[in-house]
Amino acid sequence: MLRVQKPGLLTTIQDLGRPNAISAGVPPGGAMDRFAHRAANLLVGNEQSAATLECTLSGPQLVAVHSCLVAITGADFDPQINGRPAPMWTGIFLSEGEELDFAGRRSGGRSGGRAYIAIAGGIAGDRWLGSVSTNLLVARGGMHGRQLLAGDVIKALGEPSVPAISGRHLSHQLRPAYDDHTLATIAGPHIRRLSASDRKVLLGSTFKVSREADRMGYRLEGPMLDASGDELLSFGLAAGAIQVPRSGQPILLMADHQTAGGYPVVAVVASASMPVAAQLLPGHELSFADVTVEAALRMRAAQRAALDSLIS
Amino acid sequence: MTKLRTYPLGDMALLAELGTRLDTALNTRAIALAAALKKRRDVRQAIAGYASVTVHFDPDLTTHDALAAAIKRLASKRPPMAEPGRLHRIPVVYDGPDLEAVAGVLGISAAKIAELHTKPIYRVFLVGFVPGWGYLGPLSEQLELPRRQVPRTKVPAGSVAIAARQTGIYPLPTPGGWHLIGRTTVKLFLPDSDPPCLFRAGDRVKFFAAQAGRAQGAH
Repeated sequence: MLRVQKPGLLTTIQDLGRPNAISAGVPPGGAMDRFAHRAANLLVGNEQSAATLECTLSGPQLVAVHSCLVAITGADFDPQINGRPAPMWTGIFLSEGEELDFAGRRSGGRSGGRAYIAIAGGIAGDRWLGSVSTNLLVARGGMHGRQLLAGDVIKALGEPSVPAISGRHLSHQLRPAYDDHTLATIAGPHIRRLSASDRKVLLGSTFKVSREADRMGYRLEGPMLDASGDELLSFGLAAGAIQVPRSGQPILLMADHQTAGGYPVVAVVASASMPVAAQLLPGHELSFADVTVEAALRMRAAQRAALDSLIS
Repeated sequence: MTKLRTYPLGDMALLAELGTRLDTALNTRAIALAAALKKRRDVRQAIAGYASVTVHFDPDLTTHDALAAAIKRLASKRPPMAEPGRLHRIPVVYDGPDLEAVAGVLGISAAKIAELHTKPIYRVFLVGFVPGWGYLGPLSEQLELPRRQVPRTKVPAGSVAIAARQTGIYPLPTPGGWHLIGRTTVKLFLPDSDPPCLFRAGDRVKFFAAQAGRAQGAH
């Protein structure tokens, strides 16, 4: 059990989302960086689907009401326990009364935007449509549908699925290469709407995440793309889809994306590149690299093997 | 008979396109195909679009090619006779902020817009975009207009809107580019129900004109 002293800029409870609600128009939601989320859970002995805290841009300040095992993954906001540096990607015990705090995101460069905190047993929250993920738009799930506030108490849902042992660790080379902002992409259903030269622009240019970037998606700045043509009938979308609206400014859809739309989808980010995409912030530069479905699945398998190495 | 095309939508989903026309028969087939696909163990989600199905699958259990072949087989079967969807009767006060402008562009009266809008029984082609939103149509050709040049940053919940050959009701205060011709008090998004929405794909909707303050719903 942890008490929230300071909530951080935007800290929400997230799990793997509510895919069954897509047909009601409800965004699937869930942790943006699924790799960091899954790893945090495994490091404290939870199922990968347990809920964690997603901390955006800054970390919270938490005090252990009872001793508990925690793990911090994703972006490095310089975690500290009672003022002493605490390791990332490691199961660590917090004794009763100890304080977990974050000195802050390392400024500039390519440092990521989202850290994850798991607690042994998983985090309890309001369950809505099969998931405790927080949906801020409709104020449901997680901590009463809202971000954490000072004074909130974060409770563990139950006992971890395997004994809670501190010291489990994910080595550096098994983590996503968050510094490499090249996202592997697979050609999308409407790639042929781009001219040959625009396809080269899509794959050969540097784009920048604009200020319009949140859990729904990122509007990208950079060269304009022309995917115009007949109006498309709306169809079901997926996270990672790169839409090109008439303005020509691409939009990368993320976890809380709208469930259907009619803009051309010229490419889709490979599932294994979504953790890197999830760490991008306004101002970050990124580029796209065309891969085959088979190559994307090999990348996915490698990530899964890294996670499996944490299951003893 | 079928011009089914499938496209990868990343490494864990694909888009199966039955056609490119706004057409009730295509939509009926898409809904039936999505329902059949949902029963498969290798399919996690199947979402019907206007004339397509977006299929999220488990790449450990199948491949794009194997699933595309299975979809072709399923789509070539005659769809089961579609049950008529539930009928919702939605009261609308026709006093939207765009009503006069739409009347001006179309060269008809505001009363004629209400008359044309309340005449058909619309079909819910799909539910999506934002929670509870239903894409309804087809709208009368006489009301056909492109979307607004500049979308509104916030459209009030309950706004009844038109664009192209479609009509719909904003379930939540969201940005929107459709023309607002009226409003209703009927709640489209029902967060405490499961499913959390009034409309389901395949349902039917009939609007009727109501006086302000009396626009209570029935279906």
